[in-house]
Amino acid sequence: MSSKVLDSKIPDGPLAEKWTHHKNNIKLVNPANKRLIDIIIVGTGLAGGSAAATLAELGYNVKAFCYQDSPRRAHSIAAQGGINAAKNYQGDGDSTYRLFYDTVKGGDYRSREANVYRLAEVSTNIIDQCVAQGVPFARDYGGLLDNRSFGGVQVSRTFYAKGQTGQQLLLGCYSAMSRQIGKGKIKMYNRHEMMDIVIVNGKARGIIARNLITGEIERHSAHAVVIASGGYGNVFYLSTNAMGSNTSATWKIHKKGAFFANPCFTQIHPTCNPQHGDQQSKLTLMSESLRNDGRIWVPSRKEDAEAVREGRLKPIDIAEEDRDYYLERKYPSFGNLTPRDVASRAAKERCDAGHGIVNNSTKEGVFLDFASAIVRYGKEEALVKGIHNPADAQIRAFGEEIVEAKYGNLFEMYENITGDSPYKTPMKIYPAVHYTMGGVWVDYNLMTSIPGCYAIGEANFSDHGANRLGASALMQGLADGYFVLPYTIGDYLADDIRTGTIRTDTTEFDEAEKAVKERIEFFVNNKGKHSVDYFHRKLGKIMWNKAGMSRNKEGLQEAIAEIRELREQFRKEVKVPGKADGLNSELEKAGRVADFLELGELFARDALNRNESCGGHFREEHKTDEGEAQRDDKNYAYVSAWEHKGAPGDAALHKEKLVYENIELKTRSYK
Amino acid sequence: MSKERMKLKLKVWRQNGPNEKGKIETYKVSDISPDSSFLEMMDILNEQLINEGKEPVEFDHDCREGICGSCSMFINGEAHGPGKRMTTCQLHMRKFNDGDTITIEPWKAKGFPVIKDLMVDRTAFDRIMSAGGFISVNTSGNTQDANAIPINKHDADKAMDAATCIGCGACVATCKNASAMLFVSAKVSQFALLPQGQVEAVERVQNMVKQMDKEGFGNCSNTGACEVECPKGISLENIARMNREYLKSGMG
Ligand SMILES: Cc1cc2nc3c(=O)[nH]c(=O)nc-3n(C[C@H](O)[C@H](O)[C@H](O)COP(=O)(O)OP(=O)(O)OC[C@H]3O[C@@H](n4cnc5c(N)ncnc54)[C@H](O)[C@@H]3O)c2cc1C
Ligand code: SF4
Ligand code: FES
Repeated sequence: MSSKVLDSKIPDGPLAEKWTHHKNNIKLVNPANKRLIDIIIVGTGLAGGSAAATLAELGYNVKAFCYQDSPRRAHSIAAQGGINAAKNYQGDGDSTYRLFYDTVKGGDYRSREANVYRLAEVSTNIIDQCVAQGVPFARDYGGLLDNRSFGGVQVSRTFYAKGQTGQQLLLGCYSAMSRQIGKGKIKMYNRHEMMDIVIVNGKARGIIARNLITGEIERHSAHAVVIASGGYGNVFYLSTNAMGSNTSATWKIHKKGAFFANPCFTQIHPTCNPQHGDQQSKLTLMSESLRNDGRIWVPSRKEDAEAVREGRLKPIDIAEEDRDYYLERKYPSFGNLTPRDVASRAAKERCDAGHGIVNNSTKEGVFLDFASAIVRYGKEEALVKGIHNPADAQIRAFGEEIVEAKYGNLFEMYENITGDSPYKTPMKIYPAVHYTMGGVWVDYNLMTSIPGCYAIGEANFSDHGANRLGASALMQGLADGYFVLPYTIGDYLADDIRTGTIRTDTTEFDEAEKAVKERIEFFVNNKGKHSVDYFHRKLGKIMWNKAGMSRNKEGLQEAIAEIRELREQFRKEVKVPGKADGLNSELEKAGRVADFLELGELFARDALNRNESCGGHFREEHKTDEGEAQRDDKNYAYVSAWEHKGAPGDAALHKEKLVYENIELKTRSYK
Repeated sequence: MSKERMKLKLKVWRQNGPNEKGKIETYKVSDISPDSSFLEMMDILNEQLINEGKEPVEFDHDCREGICGSCSMFINGEAHGPGKRMTTCQLHMRKFNDGDTITIEPWKAKGFPVIKDLMVDRTAFDRIMSAGGFISVNTSGNTQDANAIPINKHDADKAMDAATCIGCGACVATCKNASAMLFVSAKVSQFALLPQGQVEAVERVQNMVKQMDKEGFGNCSNTGACEVECPKGISLENIARMNREYLKSGMG
């Protein structure tokens, strides 16, 4: 059933002309009328921050919301590695088409061609814009921008600012926002959480928000509502996301009519810190850029792995021939730079086979080793310095210096967490939940299935298919916010220039506010016995064990049943201390976990429905003889878009068929 | 090698609101793994308080990896605690010993009023940014090519070093005058070092300094304490550069 309710609104015409053609044909709002229009933006990460700044520059009145104390702290700040753009500054054959092709292939052919092409097309504008804003990208000695390469591609197209690219890009957005806040064109509501969306006559017309300091429930109206609230990886409890990252804004709009697409498409990132134990609250990413120079291995002999775990053997004492550089062995042409889904599964496969090297309850972990890079760089540097017979110590010293310049802050971060120096001993890493490709279903204009409600950035589902390539989320967030939404939203708002301010003293606002207040009252009055985290941890375990890196029918069915049961127990037994009015972070967490407990079930249902393996979604029943993912293009080349029908178990599935006119569907090979 | 699990005594600042009086409360926690982070230890304390029917300690945190700038605890008299160049969330319990007493307080500065417990209001930093912490360029889609103006690598690297400030406020909390000079100078320097930022350099430094004074931050008397406690190693050089920019602007 390719459903009529799902109109992707992809413009006609050849792929390379669709966006230009579309921009030339959509309605515009003239500058004087923009002043009469209010836009709410929930979230001030790269997507929301760039959208807020741009829409305010255009003349709209923007009200922006974030739960942190400042827009500068959105989780985009944590992105390390870089941002892609098809600038071809390195002259290595990059182009819009190649970036488009790599992204569709990297996503295992489960994304929309037209959206991805547009993304590749505007990518170059992003770099120009950011440099103009004063983003200090890395440069070479000639003063030009430097690039690195990331997994799954064979060109160098990733721009970076040390290991803090997300920080610098976000501070760029935040500066642009600050300028508009100063001019009064953006009204910033920090420490505010969106609690629900308000729909009037079928259109998104406002939100109910909670002031996190006073606990006050507030009504805010607008002519359009943009959701830019990030991803839902924290449904796994442990992830690389910030502690406050949540699904609440996206889940609330889902319950009011926005379809949720591909919820099971999750990215498990291969290089994160392994778990240290049961007191762990989050996992830390070690940037993928490290795989440019780090080599991943486990001991070839299980006895050696065991000796390492028990602290009897040091990794540096394991001889070269007793190490299994399994990515280089299995995927010689991409080696350590295979895409994330492939690299993660390979690590799990080695650990399941007994070669894991970390002394935790699951014995899961592999090495990421810089020793050869240090020697290689050291020798090069010695030559540059004209030293022809350098001593080993000298080589090491030169090499360490170069590696420090490239990855110094990441090494420091690792050492702070583990107490080990990656210059002296290999890092220990393991895959962890990192990013959610799934999200709110949007059409080509980034509008959700609720008229006037948009979703941008990680919150939507649109561009990464079943697996995201490194350095492409920053690109997508900024593309959406700076260069796509500001055009497409005008097409919708053009009809609203005579509407006037949306009133908040209506029954629609009354009802939405009442429901929000009732839920809060429920939490603070519940006489439970367990903290919110108690339930969140349990949910995380179910998700990781049964809907994580590899999934099967039986496990997913169990997951659904267990999540339902946990949700029931949560209702009865959750204990939220403190009051409804005033600052209460346990109350904030309770609302977020309640939503995760619903999303988790839909997630597992989606994974159960998709009887194929693609990208990050690996169903054990569907693999090749070599253990690689096996897609089923005949039956599953579609986006699953779920419509809320009262409970996650009742959600109705709509299918948006994916049509490939410009790319031939192939089995992904990185061998 | 790896240490045993620890028992600790915690003396924690509790304050109900900006206008209420605060006081130190003493709590005990046990079974703390040396591999846990300081905030994971705080989670354990909070879980314990909730189970005892008490209100947990409020504190700011989000990324827990040293980059968002949310976390902000004054631990044993030091901003972000013992350990150089790290935030509170990067501090790990292996830095402490079994039986230790740890005192945990919020940032204390006029510009940062306490909201609750260990959480303070740092929106003054946002207002300083709105006063001039930007380059006035609109998003148009036809900005000049990113490589049109080559930038000397040395300057680009220095701009990057200044730009790594996370806006945590440890510099203010550490300074005996509660001065915000390190924070403001980092932003001013980042832009002053880049050709794109030089056009508005005069207005920027004047407006940001004016707002900084308005927010009630104190003067800089060059004690250098801020640089020592700054988790990102923002250098005092930036303050010197800002002073030069300020003099150049004719305001000095
Ligand atoms: C550790 C890490 C490293 C990464 N590295 C890279 C990289 O190198 N390259 C790359 O391309 N991608 C990277 N990614 C992915 C990328 O950073 C994110 O996908 C992207 O930044 C998300 O941006 P966003 O604007 O959609 O959301 P976010 O930046 O997560 O912002 C969400 C915003 O929504 C607000 N919000 C959320 N819920 C509510 C609510 N209910 N009410 C009010 N406000 C709310 C928050 O306050 C915040 O302002 C990384 C991700 C992580 C976790
Ligand atoms: S200068 Fe350093 S201490 Fe001050 S706000 Fe910036 S990062 Fe924090
Ligand atoms: S919580 Fe983000 S810097 Fe500490």
